[in-house]
Amino acid sequence: MAEADAMNAAGAVEPRDVPSGETVLRLSDIELGFGGVKAINKVSFEVRKGEILAIIGPNGAGKSSMLNVINGFYKPQLGSITFKGETMRAMQPHHAAKNGIARTFQNIALFKGMSTLDNLMTGRMLKMKRNAFWQALYWGPAQREELVHREAVERIIDFLEIQAIRRTPVGRLPYGLQKRVELGRALAMEPDILLLDEPMAGMNVEEKEDMCRFVLEVNQEFGTTIVLIEHDMGVVMDISDRVVVLDHGVKIADGTPDQVRADQRVIDAYLGVSH
Amino acid sequence: MIYREAGQFKTSYAADQGIFPIRLDRMGMVALLLIAYLAIPAVANHYWLVSILVPFLVFSMAAIGLNILTGYAGQLSLGTGGFMACGAFAAYKLATAFPDLHIIIVLLLSGTITAAVGVLFGLPSLRIKGFYLAVATLAAQFFLIWMFNKFGWFNNYSPSGVISAPPMHLFGDIYITGPQSSPLVKYLFLLTFVAIMALAAKNLTRCKIGRSWMAIRDMDIAAEIIGIRPLWAKLSAFAVSSFYIGIAGATWAFIYTGSVEALAFDINRSFQVLFMIIIGGLGSILGSFLGAGFIVLLPIFLNNAPGLVGWHIPVDMLAHLEFMIFGALIIFFLIVEPHGLARLWTVAKEKLRLWPFPH
Ligand SMILES: Nc1ncnc2c1ncn2[C@@H]1O[C@H](COP(=O)(O)OP(=O)(O)OP(=O)(O)O)[C@@H](O)[C@H]1O
Ligand SMILES: [Mg+2]
Repeated sequence: MAEADAMNAAGAVEPRDVPSGETVLRLSDIELGFGGVKAINKVSFEVRKGEILAIIGPNGAGKSSMLNVINGFYKPQLGSITFKGETMRAMQPHHAAKNGIARTFQNIALFKGMSTLDNLMTGRMLKMKRNAFWQALYWGPAQREELVHREAVERIIDFLEIQAIRRTPVGRLPYGLQKRVELGRALAMEPDILLLDEPMAGMNVEEKEDMCRFVLEVNQEFGTTIVLIEHDMGVVMDISDRVVVLDHGVKIADGTPDQVRADQRVIDAYLGVSH
Repeated sequence: MIYREAGQFKTSYAADQGIFPIRLDRMGMVALLLIAYLAIPAVANHYWLVSILVPFLVFSMAAIGLNILTGYAGQLSLGTGGFMACGAFAAYKLATAFPDLHIIIVLLLSGTITAAVGVLFGLPSLRIKGFYLAVATLAAQFFLIWMFNKFGWFNNYSPSGVISAPPMHLFGDIYITGPQSSPLVKYLFLLTFVAIMALAAKNLTRCKIGRSWMAIRDMDIAAEIIGIRPLWAKLSAFAVSSFYIGIAGATWAFIYTGSVEALAFDINRSFQVLFMIIIGGLGSILGSFLGAGFIVLLPIFLNNAPGLVGWHIPVDMLAHLEFMIFGALIIFFLIVEPHGLARLWTVAKEKLRLWPFPH
């Protein structure tokens, strides 16, 4: 830890390059309320590079709110966020996107009128540099740029096995496929950290297995750090490296799946009650 | 020959990204251009050129503009008339203050001025949406028309408030505006100009900027986490849209009617263009043309068709009939097919593509 700090202080050549296993994102004493409701109450935890971190907890525990804090949708009233060595009061969505945080939503938030392909291409927005003038001309630099990104997007389409729905407006796709396209759009951003809000909710067993496979492969092959909210305990225990447990806006446990499973407070508050 | 995509394997993403990936569509486009450039000039009479084709092209330009804002970026606007007036008066001030400017420069500059005005009136869109934004653009509409009527500076203090296009050369001895201009020249010039502008619009809508507009339209929250700035996406849509609408207003005043007063661009004009994109198809460049054609042609059709089959409908009755048909069609398209004629056209093509084996 001290080593990493020293590196940052010395202004290392690539301050953004956090080595695997080190903390890439730290949330400290986050407090977030809506009117009288405390959605998050003094929660601190860290996300380590290259891991799969699960956030679990009963309904209304503040899990989704936590993701919203991480990518800048919600501004916490108290606390701070340290991301890639930089400490701030709150994230800005644009800043988060630019610095490699991508996410999916609990209630799918796709661009419904656009095709699968266009949804994924939109995910590469920040990587495209040609201005409106070149885009209006199209043939030339803008087309070359489109094609480079089209190829990248096609690799994701192959990876997620969604070739057949490339041209389909996503509003017409079944739920399970929409979730998959949303993952694809997040992957198109080539994120360092991927936030997944209940990616397997409402899926059948087969779809869940596919989704688990994708998440694991993304993590292993691209080294993408994954923060995942999931209700299915089997899935959580199987794929995550560490688990953070929230209950009524408070963190009640934090550790490996085995530690968390054995924790009496978790058993009382969560496992014992709702599952 | 049968309309098929089977057997046409696309060997590159470049081919797949084309505007007309299917060969027959490309041939259709070439045929359309041949008709527009060769057949129509050969057969069209003065009436067709002046009263149908020229206004059709001007309206198509306006419809493309509104479609960018409303169809692609999802920002409902009732200010189209006001922005057209803005383009018309900007062109008039430019052409009278700098008589040596070429018509194309005048058009592009008046589009640019209108784009700036559009951005200004687009600022409320950062805070308000849907119905409330429509009301804000309505305020822009009334304000602009009021302003052009109120201040004599805009019409060079003409007592009637009417502005008339000074005679302008296209090149050499050929006039595009004023009494010496010929309808055929106007038609061919507008055809070329609108075709190029439509192509540019198509290109924008299939590139990054177009996707940012649609993303804001479909799900602004998700757009933001991808890194799209709502401010930039919305204001760029207002700018590009107003650019097109401003040019449409300028060509209306200079090339279509030759002289015009601000009232020609009142709220009715805004609704007329809005109906065009609803009937033609929201979020479709092709639909902008179809809608413009439909609304230009329908009254003419209603005036003539009953006579051809021996019916004689009184004139006032015809006017009512026109309103009723428009009303019914708009309700139909809003409820049944929000993507308009353009969508019906694609569906028909999809059917044809699979025919005779549906699935
Ligand atoms: N935008 C908001 N406005 C008001 N209250 C909110 C808002 N977002 C979340 N809350 C409240 O914060 C609390 C935590 O909500 P959150 O969505 O984070 O829970 P969750 O753990 O994701 O639950 P679930 O498992 O049902 O998705 C809830 O009481 C919720 O009502
Ligand atoms: Mg939630």
